[in-house]
Amino acid sequence: MVNMKKSEKKHIFDNPRNVSWVIRGLFIGCALLVIADLFVHRHVSHPLEELFGFYAFYGFFACVVLVLIAKEMRKFLMRDENYYDDLDD
Amino acid sequence: MMIWTIDLPPFMPFYLAALLSVFLRGWLRAIVMLAVPVLGGLQLTGLEIGEYNIFALMGFEFSPFRVDRLSILFGYLFHIAAFIGILYSLHVRDTVQQVAALLYAGSALGAVFAGDLITLFVFWEMLAVSSVFLILARNTEAARRASIRYLVFQVLSGVLLLGGALLYFGSTGTLAFNYIGLDSPAGYFILAAFGIKSAFPFVHNWLTDAYPEATPTGTVFLSAFTTKVAVYALARGFPGVEVLVYIGAAMTCFPIFFAVIENDLRRVLAYSMINQIGFMVVGIGIGTELALNGAVAHAFNDVIFKGLLMMSMGAVLHMTGRMNGSDLGSLYKSMPWTTAFCMVGAASISAFPLFSGFVSKSMVMSAVLQEDLGLIWLMMLFASAGVFHHAGIKIPYFAFFGHDPGYRPGEAPVNMVLAMGIGAVLCLFIGCYPVFLYDLLPFAVDYTAYDITHVLAQLQILFFSAAAFAWLQLSGIYPPELHSTNLDVDWLYRRFAPNCIKRLGVVVKRYDDAFRNLFISRFNRTLYFLEQQNGPHGVLASGWPIGSMVLWVAILLATCLLLFFI
Repeated sequence: MVNMKKSEKKHIFDNPRNVSWVIRGLFIGCALLVIADLFVHRHVSHPLEELFGFYAFYGFFACVVLVLIAKEMRKFLMRDENYYDDLDD
Repeated sequence: MMIWTIDLPPFMPFYLAALLSVFLRGWLRAIVMLAVPVLGGLQLTGLEIGEYNIFALMGFEFSPFRVDRLSILFGYLFHIAAFIGILYSLHVRDTVQQVAALLYAGSALGAVFAGDLITLFVFWEMLAVSSVFLILARNTEAARRASIRYLVFQVLSGVLLLGGALLYFGSTGTLAFNYIGLDSPAGYFILAAFGIKSAFPFVHNWLTDAYPEATPTGTVFLSAFTTKVAVYALARGFPGVEVLVYIGAAMTCFPIFFAVIENDLRRVLAYSMINQIGFMVVGIGIGTELALNGAVAHAFNDVIFKGLLMMSMGAVLHMTGRMNGSDLGSLYKSMPWTTAFCMVGAASISAFPLFSGFVSKSMVMSAVLQEDLGLIWLMMLFASAGVFHHAGIKIPYFAFFGHDPGYRPGEAPVNMVLAMGIGAVLCLFIGCYPVFLYDLLPFAVDYTAYDITHVLAQLQILFFSAAAFAWLQLSGIYPPELHSTNLDVDWLYRRFAPNCIKRLGVVVKRYDDAFRNLFISRFNRTLYFLEQQNGPHGVLASGWPIGSMVLWVAILLATCLLLFFI
């Protein structure tokens, strides 16, 4: 089922330039969305929403905090892959 | 089918097809299995609101087929899910799995159309008993053990439901399944039963434990039915019960931390399932028309996009035999269709505008803001960013992109690709044309998902979450995928409790030994004493010479003589 090919055709992300284009596109998209905040009048229902770029900041902040906490959780939650195997007998 | 009448309860065709599937093979079985959800779904379109086939038994009134806007929505949903699941598993030759899947889908339909609590209980248990075979069919030691733990939780939920139903009958005199609330003890029993099946915090582990151990096709069925039946039951029995808002908010947040560090990609999806159910539970807890519509609509979309994600991971597992993020990568090169469909599912679960998750999740979020639940709103916003992070990016990235371990398995079988394709089309269709779904909801919808406020806010959150992922990956902060076991609540009953019992055993054994030894030594001493007295050498058993007897007789006579003279 699984076979490895030594000389296969180049795929789109085999070229590091394409990868960096994707990342660049992402960051440009981020910038445009924050700029849009200047022009678009949103109707707000929560005071925090009035802050400039609140959703952008919160989304970024939330993910970084999520990953950093999860990384710390590994220190006391992570065990060997076969952790439960020896006791279940 | 001659017997197919309009008021035939929807579970019956599935049960009959399951019976037929035991005997049929090959194409004939495939046709029967595919025809059931299609014909059953068509039957629903002709139904009027009302209760069918009511009958009385032993003084109880049973209503096995109650049709209203809530039950019929889940009826449609489960027919769609069953069709997609059956198409996806058409290549499976294992009769046990095929029969179990049909019984399982039928039981889910039986449960949502149940008009009374006893009928609900019967299908509640049938869900457990039929679905466990989808886990057992994996045929590994890990699956066997997980299935037993799964069954323990499911049966516990059933027992609580039965107990609650009887208490409810005792206090209200009716078994009809409508609003229950928390006014009586019966309500708490029934809420606990529903809570176990909808994976409330601390009783959620059966889901993340067992679902990833099921067969590649089995998990697709599992992800569709059990938890959504529970969400339906919560929406009917406990709308507007405030505690659900807090439980739901906790459910949206805590699983995403586990999802980030989990390596098994189907377990990541299991955690994200709890997160999505959390959004529904919050909506049910708020209980306004908008919130309930949002909760139910999100359940509808979740079955389809979570099913799609589970299908794409099942295809990867089926083709490579591997499911760990650390072992996989760059499968887009050989599985382009699966990759594309997975990304549609990922965009839907992340609530990208134009994908299905957006049109339902934003309803719940708006309902939360309308009720001025600021903190809950911030938690759910955090969870929205988090779900994009682990389900929207992590799943596709580690399976289909990222590092290249060199697997070139080729595309999944045609039936799998077709099933995923249907799921993906539905995600896009509902996302672009939400009125289709809104028209099916229990309450009239006065809501537009596509206004500039919602779209811009959501896009900002998503783009900046993606930017955070990219930055964390590039800077090497992102935790690597590792072969590991992560402890969760299951540690309590898989390690802590057994260890406690072992330790308790050691202590008990020590006292037990001491007591036994004490008793035995006392017993032996008593025996020795008795032997001293009564044994062959004891005082009472020794032989007496005749001379001494004559002497004693003489003494006795002498004494008598003496007494006579006194």
